[in-house]
Formats: sequence, structure tokens, C-alpha cells
Amino acid sequence: MKTGLSFSYVARNLYARKLTTVLTAAGMALVVFVFATVLMMAEGLRHTLGGTGSDSNVVIIRQGSQTEVQSTITREQANMVESLPGLATSPEGRARISREVLVLVNMPRKGSGGLANVVVRGTTANGLEMRPQARIVSGRQFRPGSSEIIVGSAMARGNVGLRIGDSIAFGMRNWDVVGVFDAGSSGFDSEIWGDGEQMMQAFRRQAFSSLVVGLRDEGSYTGFVEALMRQPQIKADVKRERQFYADQSEKLANFIGILGKTITIIFSVGAIIGAMITMYASVANRTREIGTLRALGFRRGNIVMAFIQEAALLGFVAGAAGLFAASFMQMIEISTTNVQTFSEVVFRLVMTPGIAFQVLLFSMFMGILGGVLPALQASRLEIVDALRSA
Amino acid sequence: MSALISIRSLGKTYRRGNQPVPVLLGIDLEIAAGDYVSLMGPSGSGKSTLLNLIAGIDKPSSGTLLIDGVDIAALPENDLAAWRAANVGFVFQFYNLMPVLNAFENVELPLLLTPLGKAERRDHVETALAMVGLADRMDHYPNELSGGQQQRVAIARALITDPTLIVADEPTGDLDRQSADDVLNLLDRLNGELGKTIVMVTHDPKCAARARRLVHLEKGVLIDGGGEGH
Repeated sequence: MKTGLSFSYVARNLYARKLTTVLTAAGMALVVFVFATVLMMAEGLRHTLGGTGSDSNVVIIRQGSQTEVQSTITREQANMVESLPGLATSPEGRARISREVLVLVNMPRKGSGGLANVVVRGTTANGLEMRPQARIVSGRQFRPGSSEIIVGSAMARGNVGLRIGDSIAFGMRNWDVVGVFDAGSSGFDSEIWGDGEQMMQAFRRQAFSSLVVGLRDEGSYTGFVEALMRQPQIKADVKRERQFYADQSEKLANFIGILGKTITIIFSVGAIIGAMITMYASVANRTREIGTLRALGFRRGNIVMAFIQEAALLGFVAGAAGLFAASFMQMIEISTTNVQTFSEVVFRLVMTPGIAFQVLLFSMFMGILGGVLPALQASRLEIVDALRSA
Repeated sequence: MSALISIRSLGKTYRRGNQPVPVLLGIDLEIAAGDYVSLMGPSGSGKSTLLNLIAGIDKPSSGTLLIDGVDIAALPENDLAAWRAANVGFVFQFYNLMPVLNAFENVELPLLLTPLGKAERRDHVETALAMVGLADRMDHYPNELSGGQQQRVAIARALITDPTLIVADEPTGDLDRQSADDVLNLLDRLNGELGKTIVMVTHDPKCAARARRLVHLEKGVLIDGGGEGH
């Protein structure tokens, strides 16, 4: 089998110039690190909001309101929805529906200062049962009909830092924190939950924000939506709960992605030039070697391939290093305002195999782009001239 | 013996800027298969250029150059590369080994262009290194070998594909007397025992004396030893 120049020859040439290789790879790795971090940020946000809610629940909001906070649903509309077919029922025979009220409350951020817009969700016993993923991890559940609240684990941990026993003032009342719940690192962990009817009174609300409906089974979704759309009293937007929250991550995730990719592209030009300089130096240092290989019968194509492989390997090494560094960013938790809902969301950076693959590919591509011109130059050398070089 | 190399009115002109610089003028030379020829002459006489043309790494400007009946100047580039790989072994003044490859891998390099499998390549390389007396240095890198040893590795590389022709450009130019003798003894064996045709460029008369035939060039013209060999 004709093998051409071996991969080991390529790799050892890179290793032979350890310092240059390490410095160039480090420059490229920084770009990879930035790129990976941005992708991990967008992925973390999607992961958090996409993991909120379940497919067997449906969220109903007023048509065009986009978020629960901006939506209003009247009691009459709520009663009508309750009578539609396809709803799950509790053991006592009551329809699984939770009339929820959402309010954004300003709370001071510790450390960084400023205010965070925290989602306060007034929910119901049904609402709690329909979200079994939200478990009390310390303290206890709020009592219905009281001014007690429970806080999501991210609100307990993060910048807002609420603790059991804290008393916080909003809606012209003081609310007592009695428990902390964890909803599996989802968006609910950035919320505060309390009794819906109490919140309605405190905020002098006549209408609910959203309805959360439990379906009898996942397949009854289409029938339920069609039945709802036929009702003249309500114009509503309906989505499965998981999709509803996943969609709320899109704007911010896309924004982070576009910003990150723009920065990465600009940085990568520098890294590509770095790779190019390194590869030109490699060609210049090995002119006689290239002439020798050609004399021995290796073709121009073999030489081009060898240098492109070398550049791609340089990119791969840089990619692996950048990825390794970026993997530590998974320990970072970000608390920021979701531009789509104007509410505080806390999420952790997430690395996925897809991101790792994308980043390595990008890094090798940077290497190859930097290597193409030097490789072509190497292959264009006349054998006699190359052999004569020192 | 029939002529392996047949050169007629061969000319080579380089361009320096717009100025044509003739290097070889109307060379006529025949070299028989199995011959051992030294090309001698002062610097700039064109001896290295003639060697490069014979080795197929440079193209003539005029005249014909047949090697074993093949007009190598007419071959397309990739065919010429394949021709070199199969028919020519190179020995350079500064050995030209790949610094990142050990002796074994340097010798194996030309075999990567052949259909030989790994095990066959290993057999060939071990035989060639044994022949140049370096069977115990296979794992050594060029910077771990003396100049003489490096040149012997290069000779093993030159004969690994069993070429008909070996070209050597000042093969002892960078070596001490003892190492130079070792290298020349080796070339004698390649010629005498294996029947390789050797064309060697040198300025060293002692070195040139090892050849069976001397060819002198001066200012691009053959002044002595041209025509049909003995």
C-alpha cells in the first residue's frame, strides 16, 4: 500500500519545534476557549430553560403576550378552559388546572449591587402537583392561604441569596421564606413560589397571568388545543410547558451565540495568522528537507498533504487544550436578566459532545486555513533550488 | 556493455534576471550500465547541473537525455517523480536525512512510495542497514550519529529501492578521511558487487580516483573523458 509521508513524520515535526508549537497552539487555544465558553453559555441557558416544565402540561397565555408576566386570563376564561375535554383529573375528580399569577419583583443583588427582576409565581396545590420535579430541599412547603413563600435553589444560592427565615416585602406585605425547592437546575429554580390567591390580593389583581393545564395523556394535546381554539371567549397562545420555557431561551441564547461567534471570528483571524507564520517558518526551516523528499520521488501533492496535516494537527492540539480549559467553566453559574422575559435567570455553563466536536473542528479549520498557503509554497519549490538552500 | 545513459548535445541555460546564463553547452556523453563515473571540474563548471539533469531533478534546455531508453525530460512531473523513486538513488554531500526520523525510518522513506507492506519494508530496511554496517543503529536519530554514519544511512536509503543508478554529489565533502574512505569503499561495493551504475560529482582527486572513469568539465563543456566509455 502506498502510504506517502507518515502521520508520525508529520507529528514529530510539530513536536521537534516544541516551543513554537506550544506558543502558537496557546494563541489558538485562547480563541477556542472563548468560542467554547460562548457555546457553553448558550447551551447552558437552553439546557436550563429547556429543562423547565413537562410535556404533559400545557401553558395558556393571552394571545400575543409572549410571556406569562404580560399575559392576563380572566376567571371566566379559566372556568371555560377547565370544562374542555382532554384534561387530567385528580383522584378527587377535579380537573388538573393551575391558575397562576406572575409578578416581577425587584430584589437587591448581593455583591455586584443593582437590582434583579425576580419572578414571583403564585401557584396552587394543583400547580405544585403538576410539577413533581420541584422538590423541597430544606424547610417546608408554603401553607395555602398564608403569606409564606418558598424560593428556588438558584435564588437561595445566587446573587439574590434568600434564606429560610428571611422576611421580604413586596405587594404591600411581608412574606416569610419557609422553604427552598430544587427543580433540577431548571428555570423554576430562579423563581419564588407562593399561594396564588394571596398574591392576587396583595397585588390587587383581578386576572391571572397564565393557566397551566395537565393533559390526560400527551396524545390529547391536539384535541385540547382544537377545542380551545373553537371557544369565542378566549384568544390564547398555547404551548406544551417544556416548549414554552425552551422558547424563552431563544432570544438570549441566540444573542450570546451571535455575539460570541462574531468575537470568535475576529479573534480567529489573529490565530490563523499565527498558525500561518508558524507554518511558513516550518517550511523555511525545512526547505532542503522538502527538496530531498521531492528528489526521492515524493510528489508535490505529498508535500502539500504533509504540511496541511501538520497545520491541522496544530489546530487539533490547540482545540484540545482550549476545550480542556473551557471544561472548567462548567463550574461557573451565571445570574442575569433574560432579555425575553426581563426576569432573572440563573444557569450553569454546559459542555456537550456536540460543542466539543464543533470546537475541535473549528480549531482544526483555523489550523488548515493557516497552513494552506505555506503548504502550497512548500510544494512549489523547485527541487534543485530547495536542495541548494542551507 | 550497452549505454544506460545517453546524452546528446545537452544544454542548460539559467536565467538571472533577463540575462541568460549558459551552464552546460552541447554535452555528449554515454555511460554504460554498471559503470562508475566521476564528474570533475572547478566550481561553476556545470558538473552538479549535469548530475541533476541525469538524476531527473532538473530539466535540460536543449539536447536529449535518454536513460535506459527513457526520454526523462519529456516525462510529466508526477511520472518523473515516480521514475526517480524507482530508478535513482541519491547520496548528498550533507546526507539530507530527515532529522525527526530515526535511521530505520529514514531508510524506509522511499519504500513508502512502493506497494510493499510493513513487514516487507522492515526486511528490506534491515538488510540495507546491515549492508552499510549500521544494523545496531536502527533506532538512532541523525543527531545521534557521526557524519560518516549518517552518510552510510543515506547510502542505505539510496539503495533501498534497488535502483539502477546512484547519483552522489560530493558524498565525502563533509567527512574526515577515515569516514570518507568507508563511504567510498561502500560505493565500490555497490558498483562491484551489486552492479549499480554510479555517477559521482567531486572535486577531490583521491575520491575521483576510485571511479572507473573520470569525466572533466570546464565552463560547461566536456574537456576530457566524454563519448563512449570503456
